[in-house]
Amino acid sequence: MTTTQPGTQLNPAAGRRASAGEQDLLAALRGGDEAAFLGFVRQYHPALVRLATLYVRDRALAEEVAQETWLGVLRGLDRFEGRSSLKTWLFSILVNRAKTRGQRESRSIPFSALWNPDAEPAEPAVEPDRFLPPDHPDWPGHWAAFPKSWDQVPEAVLLSQEALAVIEMAVAGLPPSQREVITLRDIQGWTADEVCNVLNIGETNQRVLLHRARSKVRRALEGYLDG
Amino acid sequence: MTAIDELTCQELVELVTEYLEGTLSPAERARFEAHLKLCDGCSRYLEHMRRAIRLVGKLSEEAIAPEAEQTLLQDFRNWKRN
Repeated sequence: MTTTQPGTQLNPAAGRRASAGEQDLLAALRGGDEAAFLGFVRQYHPALVRLATLYVRDRALAEEVAQETWLGVLRGLDRFEGRSSLKTWLFSILVNRAKTRGQRESRSIPFSALWNPDAEPAEPAVEPDRFLPPDHPDWPGHWAAFPKSWDQVPEAVLLSQEALAVIEMAVAGLPPSQREVITLRDIQGWTADEVCNVLNIGETNQRVLLHRARSKVRRALEGYLDG
Repeated sequence: MTAIDELTCQELVELVTEYLEGTLSPAERARFEAHLKLCDGCSRYLEHMRRAIRLVGKLSEEAIAPEAEQTLLQDFRNWKRN
């Protein structure tokens, strides 16, 4: 049995970690590889636009900010030293540009970076009246009535356009700081660390914002499924 | 005192994100799971949360518009030339 196969060298991308993949991408971009650039753009442009819409007044402006971000990437490409990941760098440029544009458009936005959990009332994940009162003799703080099981809900209903529209609306209705975090974590699939880095927030705030956001989305879904 | 009394349902729902993120301490995690084992309501709640998260993940991004792609490709070519 051979563990080192001679063919490995012909496929340099196989088995590499993301950071190594990024080095390859970086080299390709610097070398003027159009296919590599287009691949990179296709992968991240829609996400850039989505994130930018949190800061600027409309979608057209968000699209503009995303395009400017790519110009910023091209301008900075030769100086990029790889201290952060390429992705984190890309989104940091976007967030900075979008914030600048947002201010220029005189829209005031409560950024998650400025969010202070102590300055806001607590937001229970579930309406308090769904639980038995604290003075209940047997089960204080336990469910007054259990949430319904969704085991019997067909996938076709759960994944219907209607259900997705409910989710989309719930996300759109969140305060911007919560929307930022859930967008990056659950739509873009970022790690908590990546979100903290790009949004410049602490680990605990990131988690609290995510918790509030997810709890509200769950409530919206429950409202829809249980009618 | 039984496991289900050590953590109320109302307390548990506030720990769901920490549970899913893996940031509970081992003792808190044990308490959480002990409650879950005895409480159908909270098991369902956790399942609801997991489903909601999966659905949020289905909110896909639209593809980039062809015009935007062309503009960016042109930007790239200009950058290459300079």
